Amino acid sequence: MAGSGTAHLRPEQAPVLTVDDMVVEFPVGRGQKVHAVSGLSLDLLAGETLGILGESGCGKSTAGRAVMQLPSPTSGRVRLGERELTGLTSRPLRKARSRMQMIMQDPTSSLNPRRKVKDLVTEGLAIWGFEGTKQEKEELVRETLSAVGLDPDVVWDRRPHELSGGQCQRVCIARALMMNPEVLICDEPVSALDVSVQAQILNLLERTKERYDLSMVFIAHDVSVVKNISDRVMVLYLGKTCEVIPSGRIDSDAAHPYTQMLLASIPGAGDRELSDSAAAVELPSPLDPPSGCRFRTRCPLATERCAAEEPELREVRPGQYVACHHPIIEE
Amino acid sequence: MSRRLVLRLGELVAVLLLVSFGVFMMVSLMPGDPAVAVLGEGHTAEEYAAKRTELGLDGNVFARYVEWLGNALTGDLGRSLVPPENDVVGRVLAALPVSVELATMGLLMALLLAIPLAMWSASHEGGLVDRAIGASMFAILSVPSFLGGLLLIAIFANGLGWFPRAQWVRFGDSPLDNLYHAFLPALTIALMELALFTRVLRNDLLVTLHEDYILAARAKGMPPLRILLRDALRPSSFSLVTLLGISLGRLIGSTVIVEYLFALPGMGSLVIKSANQGDFPMVQGAVLLIAAIYVVINAGIDLSYGYLDPRTRRAHA
Amino acid sequence: MSDQTVLEVEDVRTEFQTARGVVRAVDGVSLSLRAGETLGIVGESGSGKSVLGRTIMGLITTGHTTQVHGSVRIAGQDVHASSPKERRRLWGSEVAMVFQDPMTSLNPVKRVGTHITEALRLHLGLDKKAAAERAIDLLRQVGIPEPARRMSQFPHELSGGMRQRVVIAMALCCDPKLLIADEPTTALDVTVQKQILDLLTSLAESRQMATILISHDLGAVAGRTDRVQVMYAGRVVERSATGEVFEGPRHPYTEGLLASIPRLSDPPHTTLRAIVGSPPNMANPPDGCRFAPRCPYVQDRCRTEQPELLEIGVRRTSHVAACHYPLPDVDTAGDAAPPRAALAEEIS
Repeated sequence: MAGSGTAHLRPEQAPVLTVDDMVVEFPVGRGQKVHAVSGLSLDLLAGETLGILGESGCGKSTAGRAVMQLPSPTSGRVRLGERELTGLTSRPLRKARSRMQMIMQDPTSSLNPRRKVKDLVTEGLAIWGFEGTKQEKEELVRETLSAVGLDPDVVWDRRPHELSGGQCQRVCIARALMMNPEVLICDEPVSALDVSVQAQILNLLERTKERYDLSMVFIAHDVSVVKNISDRVMVLYLGKTCEVIPSGRIDSDAAHPYTQMLLASIPGAGDRELSDSAAAVELPSPLDPPSGCRFRTRCPLATERCAAEEPELREVRPGQYVACHHPIIEE
Repeated sequence: MSRRLVLRLGELVAVLLLVSFGVFMMVSLMPGDPAVAVLGEGHTAEEYAAKRTELGLDGNVFARYVEWLGNALTGDLGRSLVPPENDVVGRVLAALPVSVELATMGLLMALLLAIPLAMWSASHEGGLVDRAIGASMFAILSVPSFLGGLLLIAIFANGLGWFPRAQWVRFGDSPLDNLYHAFLPALTIALMELALFTRVLRNDLLVTLHEDYILAARAKGMPPLRILLRDALRPSSFSLVTLLGISLGRLIGSTVIVEYLFALPGMGSLVIKSANQGDFPMVQGAVLLIAAIYVVINAGIDLSYGYLDPRTRRAHA
Repeated sequence: MSDQTVLEVEDVRTEFQTARGVVRAVDGVSLSLRAGETLGIVGESGSGKSVLGRTIMGLITTGHTTQVHGSVRIAGQDVHASSPKERRRLWGSEVAMVFQDPMTSLNPVKRVGTHITEALRLHLGLDKKAAAERAIDLLRQVGIPEPARRMSQFPHELSGGMRQRVVIAMALCCDPKLLIADEPTTALDVTVQKQILDLLTSLAESRQMATILISHDLGAVAGRTDRVQVMYAGRVVERSATGEVFEGPRHPYTEGLLASIPRLSDPPHTTLRAIVGSPPNMANPPDGCRFAPRCPYVQDRCRTEQPELLEIGVRRTSHVAACHYPLPDVDTAGDAAPPRAALAEEIS
């Protein structure tokens, strides 16, 4: 199956993470399968934040998990630095996986409710074989808790239900940091949080990334949030890449009709050219995605060509790649 | 839908085959020698061996199973070993209606009581009535069922003399009389099941009543009773329906205590008596029928989920 | 806009008896709404906005674990002094509600059509055929294609946006004078959110319905409401014309909330001005101003004395805020600005 292309990859810049033509499919019985991710390619440079933007059902969360090999993708390759992850047996895979850490959407359900904060954060150390005295260990945990804005003395013996949602998300971040990761994959890390707390966590992620020399994949549905935290944004629709664009230019230069539609749906964005029509439009089924360009059934610019031929990613401006036969480019 | 049904039927046949084999094997492993059961004690080894050959117990087990199954499919389950050596099918068919009637009637009575009790309980969660119902159901659960039966007999049959005991009138002979005689035993069964039914339905109803669509129905101005009946009952009935099917299957074969208390000629008594006598064709036949009924009922329940929850239908997929 | 008052809420307090003590989820809220007017209620979890919506609706009433004080009058009828039967009549004719999650607010075992026709038949006494015709018409009005075919479908066969349209059709079926929409788009995809909000706005306008739009999302409320009421920890902290609240917030919480949202126009990696801490535990709220522990401008007085909701507007329109030291009006800034503590320091 044709992917959406690889024009946007930068192998010459030694990316820390490379995903090559990744496909994730789930059988749902009767010979049918959900095409969750269809030929996704991406790379992540050291210190970079890649934002993955899309609506529910676009495959963004599945892609994030498949990169972690949870579960392994149906086909395609994932490389962490020089190390190939696909095909690793479970022991080396677990070791490699610890170099990538994941932050999930719902912080309260991703923490074991029976354990105390100190145990939740410390347990990771044992896994990667921390060598040091008990005191050094505790020192490190306290330092990390402080780094994520928690007072170690206050939260040390607390359990998750005694903490607020924002504090739980901080514990999750601390736990991830203990593994000394290179790559942090954040899957909608702020969408379950209160508005006033979201900003704290976004700022924290930004600072943590710099302090710990991390590279980050940030998966979300909110354009403004993704723009704020990312260097580069990748827009997904029904398991395929629509557009890759430097985040600073997303609001001004977006060329894919779907990116435009996302921008238009931001409340208060005024009337952009390409807002969805008032009548309800159904998202196509991922069991049987449209031929050619998958967005064509909702695209106001679609032509016959879009049904017949799948568009490949191509560079339309420096650093901006679009998979569309009719990109919106004003000269 | 039809394809689904065909698949379902195929599964059913496979399960029935497995069950019949299980029944056949189980009975072959029953303790005691059928030859001894037929001839009695004090015969020579040769005589027993000859009897075993006569009963067809010599050949290969699998071959015997195939033959037995072939006969069973034509409606012949053999003859009883114990005098008067009746036809098994005849005896089983005489006992079955008694058990089916008792079980069905008992379950209907249990439902008739359980549904309103559960609805009242759930819609007044935490209130006095809810707690009272909960406590009495717990009390009923903790009393052994035969005690309940004895109590009913003592009060209604012996004490007040409203109902007969130890008699059975066949439905064909006099329907009204039949129901009159079945009432007390059925009530005993109902009491056994009632507590569990009420408990399960109440808890499921409670979950449903906290759903947004119940709130939405209230916000539309629907009256409370109508919401309970039209909106809440059906989505809350999965566990109850499952339980109902299991109970029906179980009760047909095992109302022994009730049958014993009321001296009724049902399946339970038949199986126990035959097993004690080493009458293996009778046991095989009766257990096969009970198992078959059980399997068919449960298949029916599976299909009913489609009615109860349209999401499990894949008609449009 | 007519002058007819549809909703009057006076000093409503809603209390829940919980294991951890009495939680006063809504604490002294008053408001009124005229026909055709749209009010946005904005707040975070625990602000009491949803409980207020349900208390206004009468879905939360005084019971054995709940106490409702104060009064709510819809079209002149006191909701909480009414009998259950009178209240049901009210729900069938004067007021309707749209809930947050269309996945759970439709009964999974009922056909789409039944959801709408049952109310039509009960309240308007329509026969089966007339109710079905009316329902199809309503589905068409809320933008559902092939409405006749949808009638016999089950909710799970429809997408989220489509289901929310059904919920809206259901709410509209008896021509309510007041519509309460509680987070109507939170569970939906971003491209669908806009469609649903646009639909609600245009329906409110064409039917001259008074509408309350409850949301945690300031953006959802911004361009679509006449007035906005910001709630924090069960109380109203600020209420004014929508434009005024967004352009010149006077309460520090409103200001902080607006500043903490990333803006599309800002360059990447802009540090956000977050509000420190988290919303208070409602079983044990702070004394004085409930925002005081998180307020960057807090003074001693704020920690002991509860601020009242007072008129601070300088224009024709009313602008109320509950703050001892409201922020200066955008136009008069510099004239008589009250002393302000140092600007919010972005902590953690």
